[in-house]
Amino acid sequence: MAFLHTATGTSSGPKSGIKSKSWTPYLLLAPGIIWLITFFIFPIISLASTSTMVRPEGAQIGTYVQELRFQNYIDAFQANQEQYVRSFVYAALATILALAIAYPLAYMIAFKSGKYRNILLVLVVAPFFTSFLLRTVAWTQILGDEGPIVSTLKLLPFVDESMRLTSTPFAVVSGLTYNFLPFMTLPLYASLERIDPRTLEASGDLYANAFTTFRKVTVPLSLPGVVAGTLLTFIPAAGDYINAAILGNPNTRMIGNVIESRFFAVVDYPTAAALSFTLMATILILVTLYIRRTKTDELV
Amino acid sequence: MTTTAIPMPSLSHRAKRWISRNLIRIYAGLAFIYLFIPVAYTFAFSFNDAGKSNLIWQGFTLDNWKNPCGAPQVCSAVVNSLQIGILSTVAATILGTMIAFALGRHKFKGRSTTNLLIFLPMATPEVVLGASLLAMFLNLRISPGFWTIVIAHVMFCISFVVVTVKARIASLDPRLEQAAMDLYANERETFRYVTLPLVMPGIAGAALLAFSLSFDDFIITNFNSGIVSTFPKFVWVSSARGIPPEANVIGSAMFFIALIIVIVGQVVSRQRKKS
Repeated sequence: MAFLHTATGTSSGPKSGIKSKSWTPYLLLAPGIIWLITFFIFPIISLASTSTMVRPEGAQIGTYVQELRFQNYIDAFQANQEQYVRSFVYAALATILALAIAYPLAYMIAFKSGKYRNILLVLVVAPFFTSFLLRTVAWTQILGDEGPIVSTLKLLPFVDESMRLTSTPFAVVSGLTYNFLPFMTLPLYASLERIDPRTLEASGDLYANAFTTFRKVTVPLSLPGVVAGTLLTFIPAAGDYINAAILGNPNTRMIGNVIESRFFAVVDYPTAAALSFTLMATILILVTLYIRRTKTDELV
Repeated sequence: MTTTAIPMPSLSHRAKRWISRNLIRIYAGLAFIYLFIPVAYTFAFSFNDAGKSNLIWQGFTLDNWKNPCGAPQVCSAVVNSLQIGILSTVAATILGTMIAFALGRHKFKGRSTTNLLIFLPMATPEVVLGASLLAMFLNLRISPGFWTIVIAHVMFCISFVVVTVKARIASLDPRLEQAAMDLYANERETFRYVTLPLVMPGIAGAALLAFSLSFDDFIITNFNSGIVSTFPKFVWVSSARGIPPEANVIGSAMFFIALIIVIVGQVVSRQRKKS
């Protein structure tokens, strides 16, 4: 699966280039690249253009004209600062939790699963096959007021009768953690699986204890997987609005929820566009810094 | 008999040792339980004799499985999702595979720009992809519907196909192609009879991935679908009132079908390796 391979980062040149006329690669590239330019690059430009539009006085709802009003960005950010910051905090929390759950899981599959390795890998991806939305809705039942977890917790003496799990930040962050867990596990597995077990033995032979070996050998060697996994979790989590909408309350709204409602409920395209653009730019800056910092440039 | 040999470690001591030795397996087991709880819930509630609300267990029935189209509009949404999924998978797999071959087998100017263009859609949140496409369609006065969904799905699937197929091409042993050339196969024959069959598992995996991404996509679809419904959109719309158990039937059926496809694929590739 793709996530496996994104971690391996084999983007250096071809091992063996078949000698061919120089225009062959361009013919191969053309259709797909034209598609991406038309339906990815142009829309982004279109979005940038929409973001500085203004609705003329008395015009119909949904009609906007270009006035290069950059103040839109400041207005949009100021009005939605809270949701903006919350998105990144929730995404960061979910990423850390997913890493904590996925690392041991990936380690076990890579080193301790023996002949069951392929089956376990399929099992990591398998939840994907049930609809993302159905699984999120299932969490509302599991965490719900009549659900098994809340009713069990309420039996404890120190738990308040009015305790809830749904419609809380906890529910939203656990939903995000859950939904992107396979995106974290697969790249981690891919990089752990490449480690030669003999390097770990060598570390032991040189009197490193298990913990030192893990810290000084395993972790650094699995770093590309950690980077790929955290990116594949953090990016979609920061832009997600499904978990916040299904598992949250009005006080857990994320920036995705705002963009969605600006587009559909309020029909305020410029604000939605300005927010989307800011979100994309912030994520790209964070990703670039993160990749530089961890020195895993070859991923891109 | 005074055999005071080695004292047996106490039971609790042995239990502790077993736990510390298998700690990581226990942890992984718990992680798998966590992964599958919602799947199990979805499956269990597909047998719920729901009546009006499928939120609470009301009793066991097979009716939902006998008539998965019982809920209004659920099957037309599934049919839309299947059509969109198949069209987008075919288009994205062809376009993506071509790009992967260009990147994996040819040297050309503009390689790093191409790599960046492939990477960017994967590094952009879905909400931005969806909103930007809609902004363009609105600016061009194109009203969103079935074909705008297909266009959007092809766009976000291409990158995943490229990455998957490219990895497969990179893992091939170049000596196999050289051997074919040494045996007087020309370029076309080498590609047709050596390279393509070797890359095929990668292409099949990429197609499967593209289909599951397309079938399960909600955010981008919701922005670009107009009044056309898809299965995830159906679930979203009905989640406010409570999802009909028929949707759980379809979700569970998809789960088992996909699982069977993957397992059969694994078995086939293992047998090929043996022979």
